[in-house]
Amino acid sequence: MAVNPDFVGRTYPPSGPYAVDAALISAFAGAVGSHDPVHTDAEAARAAGYPDVVAPPTMAVRLSQQSERAYITDPEAGIDFSRVVHGEQRFVHHRPIAAGDEVLAQTTVDAVRSAGGHSMVTTRTELTTTSGEALTTSTSTIVVRGGEE
Amino acid sequence: MAARPLAEVSVGEVVGPVTVPVSRETLVGYAAASLDQNPIHQDEAFARSVGLPDVIAHGMWTMGASATVVADWAGDAGRVVEFGTRFTKPVVVPVEGNEVVVRGVVKAVDADTGRVTVDVTTTCGGEKVLGRCVAVVRLD
Repeated sequence: MAVNPDFVGRTYPPSGPYAVDAALISAFAGAVGSHDPVHTDAEAARAAGYPDVVAPPTMAVRLSQQSERAYITDPEAGIDFSRVVHGEQRFVHHRPIAAGDEVLAQTTVDAVRSAGGHSMVTTRTELTTTSGEALTTSTSTIVVRGGEE
Repeated sequence: MAARPLAEVSVGEVVGPVTVPVSRETLVGYAAASLDQNPIHQDEAFARSVGLPDVIAHGMWTMGASATVVADWAGDAGRVVEFGTRFTKPVVVPVEGNEVVVRGVVKAVDADTGRVTVDVTTTCGGEKVLGRCVAVVRLD
């Protein structure tokens, strides 16, 4: 089954809100080997100018991928998740995600392309606070490997 | 830690290299923190059943570990304002573990905006595992 090109331009309703707290930030920082105290020590984070501990640069993926799931698992989208590999990922942070943020994630399908028997699917997920403050633009390209039909 | 002063940064400056170990436990921890529980990152039998040589690291773990090296150099992880990469080669993680080496070089410094562009090279066993990996940090 081929990836459905008709989904390009489609924007899903926001998912969430996802509550970001100090425990989550600390766990993610540990998982990527960061000992920067801005992730674990609220005093250090405030001294650096943040309201509370802030997320590592790639923690946004935890939130964006939860939002992308609605698209990727949509039967009409034609994405066989067992054949998916992550091709490309990019984050633009408008400000660091901090403990206490209630985050909404809204995914748009930017592109569906075919090359060499594979499909490349690019999504853009905008992370904002529930009050509408921009946090992160997360752009992801997955490769759906072609297979025997 | 405090953010590195912009005035001390120049084009050509080298970041790292830093050697980062990765074990099966690392991947279990990353799976929990990221919610990515794909068994190819934890279950050797499953990974082999889908044609992989062994368990492989989450591409996002490799990206995250690379971000940590850039963030440590910047002196404040909140200063990493952009970070992007392609995933070009898997990091295989056998039972005995593996390691990646992360290095960077400053490619551009914008004195007006404080934006510093760092090209990042992450290798495993001498081979690049990330492509076009670029970070932008904002310094004062």
